[in-house]
Amino acid sequence: MKAKFLIPLVLFVVLAVFLAIGLNRDPHELPSPLINKSAPAFDIPQLSEPNKTFSPASMKGQVWVLNVWASWCVACRDEHPVLVELAKSQMAPIIGLDYKDQRADALAMLARQGNPYLLSAFDANGRVGIDYGVYGVPETYVIDKAGIIRFKHIGPITPVVLNQKIYPLLSELKKS
Amino acid sequence: MKKVLFITLCIFSLMVCAKDAVPLADDQVTEQRLISISEEMRCLVCQNESLAGSRSDLANDLRREIRTLIKEGKSDDQIRSFMVERYGDFVLYRPPVKPITWLLWIGPFVILMIGIAGLFVYLRRRNSRVISITLSTEDNQKIDALLSNNEKEGKES
Repeated sequence: MKAKFLIPLVLFVVLAVFLAIGLNRDPHELPSPLINKSAPAFDIPQLSEPNKTFSPASMKGQVWVLNVWASWCVACRDEHPVLVELAKSQMAPIIGLDYKDQRADALAMLARQGNPYLLSAFDANGRVGIDYGVYGVPETYVIDKAGIIRFKHIGPITPVVLNQKIYPLLSELKKS
Repeated sequence: MKKVLFITLCIFSLMVCAKDAVPLADDQVTEQRLISISEEMRCLVCQNESLAGSRSDLANDLRREIRTLIKEGKSDDQIRSFMVERYGDFVLYRPPVKPITWLLWIGPFVILMIGIAGLFVYLRRRNSRVISITLSTEDNQKIDALLSNNEKEGKES
């Protein structure tokens, strides 16, 4: 009979656990429906050489990283050194998608902070961004040899994400 | 001198505020459909606003995209799946009924049922605790006597 008095306590603990989990989750981190689907195709001009275009099809057969960035995006500036480090590791080529930017500003940022990208595609009106479900720059995708998106990170990549998620995934994907 | 400066400042600040209106589709029908579709969708940047009401840059782009899709003759369902393919079910204010959302849709009713069942059990238990007694004729006479006594006293006072 005494156990009856414990019921409110148990209910409270259950509620507290649910709230604690709910409060610690970032509502801006949404599961992407694009995971394990083919990377959407596009063919748009490059940033530094506007008369050349870039298409994801040209990356078939290698594991690569697509990073959505812009010079107006403050978080991208914070993220930049981490990308430079990833580029130095030579684990995978990084392709930039310069999202809704001005060419001159973007090139100035790369000149100032270093250029980790093999090349950047220039998405002037954000149309490619929509196909990739971009809603919070910076966003980063890991794409495998068959052109399938394996991983998406929303917001700046931190050294922790790089070491614990991206590096292990890249070496695993390169083996297959 | 100060006056001139003040007036120029006023004019200049007006110029800064002025901004181009967000482009609208030429025809009313497209615009109506755009509103009815985008009111049912969440803006991903400011998540408590609908796509129709948000002024964020992404919402603007997505409205432009939906406008183009309408002009291409796509149905409302096709436009909705265009958005879901890119942003997931989260973009819809009414999530579709499927195994992963069953708890969301049915959960409240399950909790209601548990509540009703609990109430029912509690009431039955309480009823069984009240002991019903049958009165003998002797008891009844006693009661009648007490009642009539009471009545007399009430009249006297």
